[in-house]
Amino acid sequence: MAKSKGNPFPRVFVNTTLVIICLLWLIPTLGLFVSSFRPRDDIMSSGWWTVLPHRVWVTTEQFKPDPSIDRNGVMTFEGATGTFEELRQGVESSDGKRVIWIGNKRAGTIQVQEQKWSGLPATTLQNYHDVLAGKDVTISGNAEEAARKGEDMSDAFINSMAVTFPAVVIPILMAAFAAYGFAWMRFPGRKLVFALMVALLVVPLQIALVPVLSDYVHLKLNGTYMSVWLAHTGFGLPLAVFLLYNYISTLPREIMEAAIVDGASHFKIFWRLVLPLSTPALASFAIFQFLWVWNDYLVALIFIGNVPGVQVLTMRLADMVGSRGSDWHLLTAGGFISMLLPLIVFFSLQRYFVRGLTAGSVK
Amino acid sequence: MTLLNPDADDHSAELARARRRRNRAILTLLSGIVAALVLFEGFFILRDSQAPKLVTALFAMVWGGGGTAILYLIVNQLIEFTSSKWQKRLTPFLFVLPAIAFVVYFLALPAIRTFIASLFDRDGSSFVGLANYITVFTEPFMLVTFRNNVLWIVFGASFTIIFGLLVAALADRSKFENLAKAIIFMPMAISLVGAGVIWKFIYAVRDPSDVQIGLLNAIVVALGGEPQAWVAMLQPWNNLFLIVIVVWMQTGYAMVLFSAAIKSVPTDIIEAARVDGAGEFKIFFSIIIPSIMGTVVTVSATVIIFTLKIFDVVLVMTGGQFGTDVIATQFYNQYFVNRNAGLGSAIAIVLLLTVIPVMVYNLRQFNKRETL
Repeated sequence: MAKSKGNPFPRVFVNTTLVIICLLWLIPTLGLFVSSFRPRDDIMSSGWWTVLPHRVWVTTEQFKPDPSIDRNGVMTFEGATGTFEELRQGVESSDGKRVIWIGNKRAGTIQVQEQKWSGLPATTLQNYHDVLAGKDVTISGNAEEAARKGEDMSDAFINSMAVTFPAVVIPILMAAFAAYGFAWMRFPGRKLVFALMVALLVVPLQIALVPVLSDYVHLKLNGTYMSVWLAHTGFGLPLAVFLLYNYISTLPREIMEAAIVDGASHFKIFWRLVLPLSTPALASFAIFQFLWVWNDYLVALIFIGNVPGVQVLTMRLADMVGSRGSDWHLLTAGGFISMLLPLIVFFSLQRYFVRGLTAGSVK
Repeated sequence: MTLLNPDADDHSAELARARRRRNRAILTLLSGIVAALVLFEGFFILRDSQAPKLVTALFAMVWGGGGTAILYLIVNQLIEFTSSKWQKRLTPFLFVLPAIAFVVYFLALPAIRTFIASLFDRDGSSFVGLANYITVFTEPFMLVTFRNNVLWIVFGASFTIIFGLLVAALADRSKFENLAKAIIFMPMAISLVGAGVIWKFIYAVRDPSDVQIGLLNAIVVALGGEPQAWVAMLQPWNNLFLIVIVVWMQTGYAMVLFSAAIKSVPTDIIEAARVDGAGEFKIFFSIIIPSIMGTVVTVSATVIIFTLKIFDVVLVMTGGQFGTDVIATQFYNQYFVNRNAGLGSAIAIVLLLTVIPVMVYNLRQFNKRETL
């Protein structure tokens, strides 16, 4: 859209407000990202924003105060004057130095400090190593050396992939078949069944968890990849059918009729003609479903539960929040690992995602 | 294209063809049964195998995706062996029946089963009528839950819409439109659990004598205040700190829809208003807002459904403690932690009832779109 040249609205105001909002939106994720590369001790001893270049006080000189000085009165060191209490807090001299009294009144030392720019912050990949590793990892701190089990997120990552891929492909396939059927085939009750299907779009999936779980337990399906595939297929189908129907029903009638006249079966038309033509719609829904399944926690929690070795990333991460609530070096790295793949998919296929959103704004 | 050419057989004897056809049909039927069995049984072999994780996972992906396609293919082959009259009757079922069966089993039927379970007691052994529903609407902890959901809807939806509108309107006039939109949109790609971790880090609180590593408390301390445990203090307003997370995530969604709507407002109307001397604020509130009202309502409905079902954020941030339970976490706690099947089911049914008005609205919208 062409922007009008004589826009009377101050552009500075627009851009400033926008930058502020964008920063507000970006800072939470940025904090996580930066922290995930900081050493454990650094995370615990200073905020992540201290990695930005800033001026810190660096001690340049240190000495014992003259024993004869009156420690209850006003004292002067290096051009800074103050009482003991003031010196304990640090007194700045006129030439920009800071004099600070370390220790108690009798046996303290005096430090003279100058402001210098902070150097490059320390970075490490140890946090990622710790959360990804499945075997024991050795943590070497200053004096302590401890061994403990890694968080095994690499295992959870593989599980997430094994759960997500079929949970995206199966509903797409089924929904494409159904959408084609509803759009291009004639059978009794077509409109009614389709309307009912779309109506199920907003049924909260909480309602389905309990009955389905009890069936799964009978079939010994709970705790398997398949349990989650099937559940996500069921929960995702209404939206998938709706989105794909919107697209497939608008394909040109002439192409279909030509193919039927040539004797092609519905199956052939669907497989060779409709599926390739519907790629944009399939892609839109695929991204939706991918983000939804990859990021899902509730369905995985109920159907996988505490079966070891099958847990997906969101479950691992949520477990870590519970068991390692203040180990921020692990939580930040783990959090970032869990959002790596969706962010890549999201930014590379954003166009399709937006198209899907604007087409079916009902999820 | 091969598809346009019907199978051009030689003019062989009619009888031989029929026999071949029958044999092929039997063969396909057999292979279909074998494939279905192998697919299902193989899954269990796969599950119990000791093969390396990555191999099992890759195999499972091919299994799940490919298996479904093969089943469709085989059934279609079977149908094609029937007479053309039956083919016409059966093919629609092949196309729509699997999807219908799935939504019936995973959505429609569970609604009924959950409703029945809600009329029974905690282990489903004796019928208690509406007792669970009475508990749902009278117990203090349930009233707190409902109050929280109202807070979620009121604040979550309104802030999402305000921010979404603001960003859409501003970005439309900025050179950095795409960058700004991508930034606001990004949280939508993050899981609610991941978002929980991000915001837990922002709300992190430590002893007042320690350095604050949570951004919010660091700001508060820098301004001379006391560090606070944000999600645990001052009920019920601590809920707002959880709602912020969902506003942060949902604004991108609202923005995308609003942005598309704003762009479709005819430029000449806006230009005409400008010529008449209308200020930008006046244009925004008396031209743009009225013409995108439909989108505002749609977005509100979607955000309301989403916030009604909110679960992950609350479970990760507080587990429902400090008076932050919402319907979905209460359902989880009652059913899976408290082991009260009846009450848990009743809560799920109440959740369904609360979204029915929104569902009716969505259906109307859908019908409107149909007639366009």
